[in-house]
Amino acid sequence: MADVPAAVLRPFEALGEKVLGGLESLGRFGAFFALALVTIVTPPFKLRAFVDRVHYIGYRSLIIILLTGAFTGMVLGLQLYLTLTRFGSEAFLGPAVALALIRELGPVLAALMVTGRAGSALTAEIGIMRITEQIDALTVMALNPFRYLVTPSILAGILTFPLMTAIFDVVGIMGGYLVGVHLLGLSEGTYFGEMQTFVELDDILTGFWKSLAFGAVVTWVCTYKGYYVGRGAEGVARATTQAVVLSSVLVLLWDYFMGSVLP
Amino acid sequence: MIEVQGLHKSFRGQRVLRGVDLEVPDGSITVIIGRSGGGKSVFLKHLLGLIRPDRGRVVVDGVSLTEISGRAVDEVRSRYGVVFQGGALFDSMTCGENVAFPLREKTRLRRAEIARRVDEALAQVGLAGVGSKYPEEVSGGMRKRVAIARALVTEPQIVFFDEPTTGLDPILVNSIHRLILALHRRLHFTAVMVSHEIPEIFEIADTVAMLHEGRIVEVGPPAAIQASANPVVRQFIRGEVDERTI
Repeated sequence: MADVPAAVLRPFEALGEKVLGGLESLGRFGAFFALALVTIVTPPFKLRAFVDRVHYIGYRSLIIILLTGAFTGMVLGLQLYLTLTRFGSEAFLGPAVALALIRELGPVLAALMVTGRAGSALTAEIGIMRITEQIDALTVMALNPFRYLVTPSILAGILTFPLMTAIFDVVGIMGGYLVGVHLLGLSEGTYFGEMQTFVELDDILTGFWKSLAFGAVVTWVCTYKGYYVGRGAEGVARATTQAVVLSSVLVLLWDYFMGSVLP
Repeated sequence: MIEVQGLHKSFRGQRVLRGVDLEVPDGSITVIIGRSGGGKSVFLKHLLGLIRPDRGRVVVDGVSLTEISGRAVDEVRSRYGVVFQGGALFDSMTCGENVAFPLREKTRLRRAEIARRVDEALAQVGLAGVGSKYPEEVSGGMRKRVAIARALVTEPQIVFFDEPTTGLDPILVNSIHRLILALHRRLHFTAVMVSHEIPEIFEIADTVAMLHEGRIVEVGPPAAIQASANPVVRQFIRGEVDERTI
């Protein structure tokens, strides 16, 4: 059989290389999380690094969470009031705002906000540590960089995202209250009373599980992108962009998936 | 003793190491010289266990670093001290915290004892009193000294220096070399250094090895290297420009 010309094979080789490269990245991405999980459950635990990460991811994101939470609630209050009025159902403004926030908007928007603020910074910080050989320095000191950089960040994400989401929800509900009650004239009793009737524990748990998962996903992606950063400043810039984009897309995909599975 | 046997490494088809053989005797200062891009840093990373070779072995005191993993590698590394090219100091910590870090994380020493040893290590490199400054607040030469203090604070048996004088002025280069020599005489560690500093390194090296195009082309005491008849070595140590490469 005659040999196939190289020019014919080249596109297939290129395609094969791309597919193999993609599979390798996917495998490395999974192995990264598995290794992080192993270091979570095996001592020694780096409490100082964990507290530092909670401060970095959680506390320092508070202002942006308060701001976006308040305005999201206010917009919801305004728009839902106008919509519900058409059906004569403005009494349900409280539960409508609360359910939208608790089940969907709270976990998703809080995650996207924290990704933009802390996730990008996390990738850049770890990326710079990689290119300035600080991660290699940890390794050659016979210390596991995962324990200092990755595991505390993922644990802090799992802890702080639900807390950030809870704050986002409460502030959002108060924003809706401000617009619905004080601006549009709905009674305070109706706003909160109907909310107590319609919001159930399952709704709160749905939001909680989502935010917990988003915390893990966002910190996983952002630490991974920083850990395997490319060369130089350009590599860090690219990794940071990729981390934010991939985290945001995964948050939205995961939100749909969890929304369809959870009660 | 560190023995390197037939080390090969390629990256995306590009052969960086093509069979490196080298022996580093205990207690000696061995300096690896060679042109930029000749594979010196890649070679050093193999000795540190940061890169696995495609072929060949790195044997440290009888333990083949290339055939072990996990904790066994960490056990070998726990006898290492490393001074990276840029210092690799943790920029979120002060200079003192950087030096204290390996002691804090790897030993059960009490806080007061760690503080005493950090002060001693910083004084040893001529930096007494700068412990509270952050790396970005001190000069490049001081950062290198802090990195040396951090590498030596655990009293390692083997210390690796990756171009410890790059980017420094000639006076600082000499001062760092003298410091390394003085510390070596006092602490008797085995030193492996990658350097471009010709002819300064001939004053501190016991053995000089020239790495060229992925192979050790010449190895011996400084006097022998300086008198080498190998044109590649002669060209490098005299800094002669090859007109064909311009």
